[in-house]
Amino acid sequence: MQPMQLLPEILLFVGGLAVLITGSFQPRQRQWVTRIIAAAALLSAMVAAGIALPGPTQFPMNGTFTIDVATGVARIVAAFGTLVVLALASDGIAGSVRESETYALLLFSTTGTVVLAGANDLLVLAVAFLLASIPLYGLIGIAGTSEGAEASMKTYLLGSLFGIVLLVGIILLYGISATSSYPELAQRLGAAPTGAVAAGVVAVLAGLLFKAGGVPGHFWVPDAAQGAGGAVAAFLTTVPKIGAMIAIYRIVDLLPDTLAWPLLVAVLATASMTLGNLAAYWQKDPRRLLGWSTVSQVGYMLVPVSVAGMVDSALPALLLYLAGYTVTNLAAFAVSTAFPDRRTLDSYRGTGRSHPWLGAALIVALLGLVGTPPTAVFAGKLITTAAAWDGGLAWLAVVVFINSLISLFYYLRWISPVYGSGGSIHTSASGAVTPARWSAISSVTLAALSVVMGAGAGLILGVLG
Amino acid sequence: MLSLIVFLPLVASLVLVTLPIINDTASRWLWVAVATAELALVFAVWLRYDTPSTGGLAFEEQVPWIPGVNSSYHVGVDGLSLPLLAMTAVIFLACAVYGLRETNRPRLHAALFLFLQSVSMGLFVSADLILFFLFFDLSIVGMYFVIAGWGHGDAARSALKFFLYTFLGSLSLLVGFIGLYVAADPHTFDMVELTRQLPLQGSSMAGGLVLAAILLGLAVKTPTVPFHTWLPPAHTDAPAGGSAVLAAVLLKMGTYGFLRIAMPMLPDAWRQWSWLIIVVGVVSVVYGALVALAQTNLKRMIAYTSVNHMGYIVLAVGAAGVVAGDTEQARSIAITGAVTQMVSHGLITAALFLLAGVLHDRASTYDMDAYGGLAAPAPRLAALFAIGAFASLGLPGFSGFIAEFQIFTGSIAAAPATAVALVGILITAALFLRTLQRVFTGATRGSSVGFVDLRGPELLSVGPLLLLSLLIGVLPRFLLDVIEPAAAALVQLVGR
Repeated sequence: MQPMQLLPEILLFVGGLAVLITGSFQPRQRQWVTRIIAAAALLSAMVAAGIALPGPTQFPMNGTFTIDVATGVARIVAAFGTLVVLALASDGIAGSVRESETYALLLFSTTGTVVLAGANDLLVLAVAFLLASIPLYGLIGIAGTSEGAEASMKTYLLGSLFGIVLLVGIILLYGISATSSYPELAQRLGAAPTGAVAAGVVAVLAGLLFKAGGVPGHFWVPDAAQGAGGAVAAFLTTVPKIGAMIAIYRIVDLLPDTLAWPLLVAVLATASMTLGNLAAYWQKDPRRLLGWSTVSQVGYMLVPVSVAGMVDSALPALLLYLAGYTVTNLAAFAVSTAFPDRRTLDSYRGTGRSHPWLGAALIVALLGLVGTPPTAVFAGKLITTAAAWDGGLAWLAVVVFINSLISLFYYLRWISPVYGSGGSIHTSASGAVTPARWSAISSVTLAALSVVMGAGAGLILGVLG
Repeated sequence: MLSLIVFLPLVASLVLVTLPIINDTASRWLWVAVATAELALVFAVWLRYDTPSTGGLAFEEQVPWIPGVNSSYHVGVDGLSLPLLAMTAVIFLACAVYGLRETNRPRLHAALFLFLQSVSMGLFVSADLILFFLFFDLSIVGMYFVIAGWGHGDAARSALKFFLYTFLGSLSLLVGFIGLYVAADPHTFDMVELTRQLPLQGSSMAGGLVLAAILLGLAVKTPTVPFHTWLPPAHTDAPAGGSAVLAAVLLKMGTYGFLRIAMPMLPDAWRQWSWLIIVVGVVSVVYGALVALAQTNLKRMIAYTSVNHMGYIVLAVGAAGVVAGDTEQARSIAITGAVTQMVSHGLITAALFLLAGVLHDRASTYDMDAYGGLAAPAPRLAALFAIGAFASLGLPGFSGFIAEFQIFTGSIAAAPATAVALVGILITAALFLRTLQRVFTGATRGSSVGFVDLRGPELLSVGPLLLLSLLIGVLPRFLLDVIEPAAAALVQLVGR
């Protein structure tokens, strides 16, 4: 037991508890205090993680947890993502009935995500999965709308199903190897019956892919992105992926050669990106469109996983992609929360003229998601595909670029009304054309950050090793 | 020096975007000033330029960018890129002068064109594949907004088609680049290093596939038949300045890629597939000319002559890959002709598109049948258009003649079958003469009535372009002295 090594996780969780307790004793108009507490918890967790980042790899809590660069990046990026979500929430959720509860749930779910990323033991993985998922069910339905309730129910049912699948997989792997610890699994799985290993691994991956929002566990993502409040939608399409993808990487990394796991992961990647892109094609609601787009992004993130352990740059590529994706996706969602009433693509007509900064931020974010240089996602995509090709999966690199082309079309469906000629400035029925302040600031800042991260990708990769 | 050339317009563009204080007039003049400064800088580079060694670059700058994948900010020029750099600076200055009359969001318009200038200049000085790709991709993004934001007709649809089609090309290019990167040992994206290493030399399967990916990307951008279908709508619906930049600069990015990337880095595969490239070139020449002949829309016609003119370049670079004993000099001449053609086509076609823009500006139509006898009310327009048309069809005394003469001299000597493409010149001559007759001669009628002749900015933007074409046609040495050593070096590289 070395609790100080888990300081960022402790800060996040205790911060959540503090928010919950403080919120219970504050009148509704003074709930902003809890937002300050949550932001302080996130910031201090980021600082603590940043200080720990250059340190050596450690395995605290009897070897059930890993503290390495990947965990460090997950801590920082997840906390940063949640911090941005807080900023978005201060537009839409401030003063609402469930303000402090929302913040507490966000912090709990973030803690779960970070633990998921660092898990070095199947049982810790299971606990982290639940800690990351259960607050999410509440968050999706917390706005109390009928769509939110439906999405929450759908997520809950799917989450329970995939949670059970995950547990079955863990039991299988434990049953054939008599251990739940990753290092020991890595030694013993090679000698275990291949069929059982395959079944266990597929089940565990399926559970984690639910968390990441990739095929086959993706069904809840578009509904939740559409039905939940804007800030929550931004959160659930971004932050849980960080933990889930790193957890998937760690699992895949310990698999023996007896299993054709690179092909399995590559097929899952192809399925995720293709299905997500095709389903996004004719969406009219920007948030639902982004929801499907995040499904396809999970496919791109799986690309470096498919060559885990075979190519040195696989893990840095995944981490860079996760960081770039977090920033870019949040920038796109921030534009959507800046105009909470604009729920069709067409209602963005003329935004480029009436709000040039937001229009520019949206374009940078959406083209960034396509993978246009010099944004962060481009750097990530470049390095992930180069790693995949290097690992012998050249066809997967080609699939990635074909999918990028497919995705361009639906992102342009959103961009073209924003900047097309001859558009009139839209005024919605409720007359709200002033963008929400914090969302607007966030979107512009994040869009700029995504370009800076792309230009400085070399420096970031240097830190990631 | 080169970095200054690349980033000065970008900085100016950011200034225009971020400082709304700058009013419309000031932003137009700031654009002209920056474009003039760019031209002066390129001129200074030209004066101080010394031919580098084979495979090397002059004015090199290199800073690590993404060391993890051996990609750096690496720029430099040689005899292949310097003429294009100069042509780009000239075209953008012409567009800036032409843009003095722009009334639709002039500040944003200027910022967008300055951004485009940055990426175009950057592309021609790139010595790193990722840097090249970055500029290649951003040029598409910039042009998309030019067409979508300032175009006319069905601009949104044309812009979308342009974006999707050329984005397909750029992604295919990226696949090829990654193929080169993975094959290289140590892995690198550096062009100079890759040209030295020849990573796929000898592996005809992998080399062929990587070349195919790169060729597809460049062929879409050039464009050659059968990947040209995005070009006519994009040109027709783009604003005049956008069309000029698209035809003069963006299309060259494709043909420049042949010379800079495909030929020196994959010489084995290039020689193996040179027959296919020649066929594509010949088909583009003849098909482009024939389809241009059938057009009634002036801008569409000029667009198709671009397909025809780019076909000559493809033909020449293909012929340069037909390596046989004693044709080395001929192949060098073909490449010199190809580079000259890039410059020449840039100048002439930009002039023609700007003139076509005047037609649309006055009468809102490009339909040739809507005009007639335009020479009477608009003699200056008629004179300039006639000069442009004659230059474009390759009349001796203009740059087009120097270019096409060299292309055919070199190509026919290296691969006699390429003489088939000569018919393209004949058709082009016919179609330009017919256009002159239809639009400018006869009784003044239709939209020609009351047509206002060229005004100051229009004259000042188009005139110098045609003068330069004339200058190259009469005194080509200053240009050829720069190109010829680089062409000879490239022939060496392809022959490896």
